Amino acid sequence: MLRYTVKRLGSLLASLVVASLVIFACIEVVPGDPASFMLGINAQPDTVAALREELGLNRAPHERYFAWVGGLVTGDFGTSYTYRSPVSEIVVERLAISLPLAIYALSLTILVAFPVGILAATRRGSLTDISVMATTQLGVAIPNFWFALLMVLIFAVKLRWFSAGGFPGWDAGFLAAVKALTLPAIALALPQASILARVMRSSLLDTLSEDYIRTARAKGLTGRQALRRHALRNALIPVLTIIGLQFSFLLAGAIIIENVFFLPGLGRLVFQAISQRDLIVVESVVMLLVFAVIIVNFLVDLAYAWVDPRLRSRT
Amino acid sequence: MTEEGLLRAALRSRNLVVGHLLAAAFAIGAVLSLFWTPYDVTELTIATRLQAPSAIHWFGTDHFGRDILSMIMVGAQTSIAVAIVAVGIGMGIGVPLGLAAAARRGHLLDETIMRGNDLVFAFPSLLIAIMITTVFGPSALNAIIAIGIFNIPVFARLTRGAALPLWTRDYILSARVSGKGPVRISVEHILPNVTNLLIVQGTIQFSLGILAEAALSYVGLGVQPPTPSWGRMLADSQTLIAIAPHMAMFPGFAILLTVLGLNLAGDGLRDLLDPRIRNA
Repeated sequence: MLRYTVKRLGSLLASLVVASLVIFACIEVVPGDPASFMLGINAQPDTVAALREELGLNRAPHERYFAWVGGLVTGDFGTSYTYRSPVSEIVVERLAISLPLAIYALSLTILVAFPVGILAATRRGSLTDISVMATTQLGVAIPNFWFALLMVLIFAVKLRWFSAGGFPGWDAGFLAAVKALTLPAIALALPQASILARVMRSSLLDTLSEDYIRTARAKGLTGRQALRRHALRNALIPVLTIIGLQFSFLLAGAIIIENVFFLPGLGRLVFQAISQRDLIVVESVVMLLVFAVIIVNFLVDLAYAWVDPRLRSRT
Repeated sequence: MTEEGLLRAALRSRNLVVGHLLAAAFAIGAVLSLFWTPYDVTELTIATRLQAPSAIHWFGTDHFGRDILSMIMVGAQTSIAVAIVAVGIGMGIGVPLGLAAAARRGHLLDETIMRGNDLVFAFPSLLIAIMITTVFGPSALNAIIAIGIFNIPVFARLTRGAALPLWTRDYILSARVSGKGPVRISVEHILPNVTNLLIVQGTIQFSLGILAEAALSYVGLGVQPPTPSWGRMLADSQTLIAIAPHMAMFPGFAILLTVLGLNLAGDGLRDLLDPRIRNA
């Protein structure tokens, strides 16, 4: 397991380096001169020169790249041109909303998808199974931001159970904050839970038809015991893959859903930064999200090896 | 299975028929809107704004008095065009990469292509769109490129995975013995055998493309006004949802039904084209 981990760690580092190069090239090299880009066409030459100096643009691109990466490693993301404060501070502030939202949505996804998928698989062909398949088919096809709008219409505008948007802050109390994140989390979780429930169902159906399940039943285990001791663990491998993939969709989805509910998270930050051409903020947020996706994929790979020891020797 | 038998099986599959009918309805709407729409979508009539659905405006009007049915028809053009080109990019680049990786299994080329794929997978299409928009400004082209790039590793992996077992088959061996090179074998023998799989995945990516385009246009990174797009229409409806909920209903249902149709069609095609499932 140690050798496997070290090997995976190496490719993790390589991915991070290449990803950072791509992001740096797209945002800082492609626009030509970032300073005049950020200030727009009407900027005075001396203002542009001052910003060039401030951003360190007079250095060669490779020096700037190393300075940027060095900063990322030490937690210094640079200074936002529009907010006039360190990007790391702004990002941490926004993460306090986006991260709990993503975790909340992922927990809902798993809490709903696992039992529903297991139920449908163990009662294959029944009315329960058919309704699960029909509902999840709809859940996969529904755009989550539209579902979010519909929930606002029903639960905020008509029933007035929730507010239509905004975030009171964690200072307002844990429950108030969680309540503000509930509709967004449900909207995010719906399509993901639908996908995961379908994967869980089909994966479990595959394992339930394996010979070792028949053997277990022949040894005298009840269906439930065979399911718990043998089938579930084996069925988890494809499910883990999907959870790993879903994390990146969840992050991207969170950016969009934050827009529906006017939540001041990373999503709002990045869209404001785009309209204000605050390249430093966009660059940092994109890098942070890509970093998160790569780390999660790495963890999923490790989780595989933990669930399925055969994988350790194969790679 | 004969062609006639295949057609009969296709008509028996409820998923396939319902899915194709749904998708076709929107495709027909899109084509029709090239020549005719009930109202002109560029015409702003403030006097008739925010009208609820009626006999005159079946789906009501928006905050500029534009007919929503007409806008949905024109919006279908946008969605379908963006998704088709994006799938085209994904297939056009991804399939050759996948074929090359399979032909050079275990070599440096294979390794490079697969690691490159992993890297692209770390960039969700929204992040690609964010980067492109930051530098070049928002446009429909951004959405196409962003969704297209995201599709490349999907097709590359699928093609490689399906091609690998084929390379050990006897007929490939005899093709090699007869002196055909890896490129010719890939095109003449491997590609025809993975086409079914590509069609099924293409349908699924097409529906994902429509969802992604709607999401990108919704947050303002995709199609720009005044071009009607379903995502844009939902964004416009957001602040008016309490007084004009119909503005949010119809574009949302348009997306839902198109995506649902394509997904059902994809499921139906997979059942039909995958011999393992068909014979089971």
